[in-house]
Amino acid sequence: MRYDSLLESVGRTPLVGLPRLSPSADVRIWAKLEDRNPTGSVKDRPALWMIEKAEKEGLLTPGCTILEPTSGNTGIALAMAAKLKGYKIICVMPENTSAERRQLLEMWGSEIISSAAAGGSNEAVRVAKELAAENPTWVMLYQYGNEANALAHYETTGPEILEDLPTITHFVAGLGTTGTLMGTGRYLREHVPDIKIVAAEPRYGELVYGLRNIDEGFVPELYDPSILTTRFSVGSHDALRRTRELLEQEGIFAGISTGGALHAALGMAAKAVKAGERADIAFVVADGGWKYLSTGAYNGTLEEAEAALDGQLWA
Amino acid sequence: MAIEVRIPTILRNLTDGSKTVEGKGTTLAELIGDLEVRHPGLRARLVDDKGLRRFVNVYLNDEDVRFLGGLDTVVSDGDTVTVLPAVAGG
Repeated sequence: MRYDSLLESVGRTPLVGLPRLSPSADVRIWAKLEDRNPTGSVKDRPALWMIEKAEKEGLLTPGCTILEPTSGNTGIALAMAAKLKGYKIICVMPENTSAERRQLLEMWGSEIISSAAAGGSNEAVRVAKELAAENPTWVMLYQYGNEANALAHYETTGPEILEDLPTITHFVAGLGTTGTLMGTGRYLREHVPDIKIVAAEPRYGELVYGLRNIDEGFVPELYDPSILTTRFSVGSHDALRRTRELLEQEGIFAGISTGGALHAALGMAAKAVKAGERADIAFVVADGGWKYLSTGAYNGTLEEAEAALDGQLWA
Repeated sequence: MAIEVRIPTILRNLTDGSKTVEGKGTTLAELIGDLEVRHPGLRARLVDDKGLRRFVNVYLNDEDVRFLGGLDTVVSDGDTVTVLPAVAGG
């Protein structure tokens, strides 16, 4: 495949079967390898769509500064696109994220403002909104509420999956900004009437939920629960266990949130087997494992890895 | 046997600091009512007149109860119910 520039090469990722983890010939699991995007994550799609929408609307002009709250991947994707398009970028990132994310952001030219660990991304969102109010010339793309985030998946991820897997019965992805599930889910629902759209939400250690009061909680503006069939909360133990199974049995080296999505996919597969129904379950490999090597996720016992992740934003 | 309920840090002032409490009931609403007897004030932090509060997520054996039956979700002995504040990802 040939492209005029790196930005043109976003998307069109492979969908690969998991012959060893699929329970039977009738119940099959398929991995959408989003780590094959230019900066190594699914976020290249929404980042590019958000930037190009802002350009079309005249919000972003050469020399502008982009501001974004991010736990890593969206910021990294935006920084790459910003570098190629001539924008400055400032990312607000919680301090309890892996060292690699910080290094990658800096490598692509982003300035990083750290937000407090307690409260996780909620706190990053709060700080970014404050900074946006203080600096009206900065352009906050705001992945949690930007329709272009979901639209990227509606226009690309959804059609790609359906083209590769017309017999799809389930779509499973991690839930963060909700963009992947909202956009892909909406597209697939329009084309596959009975499809099940399943969210796997990471359940972190207690520090991340350390809000001052319960009304400080956060639901992304993009979230429309009517798109989803159901939603699972997956703790670090199950996410790590599945991440390692994916590596050991299928050779796929994925990030930890992918283990969470695989856990939900395997749960749906088991249900289909029990009900005697056929299933083609596609799930999203949101990124590769490279950015998480320093977290200890792939070394030692599961218990050690789990302890090392406590309090970290691993998805 | 009873139903184990995991309480987030932010609500443990109502459970004497306990991470988990136990309760009984046949639905989530009954379970929350039962907890309210021993942990007064808990119900109001979880539920308002429209149902579960916007920034409260409740999971029955890891599945979001909003996709099961909300407050009418059937619960039974041996189940685990997890309460968490809604947080951002991404």
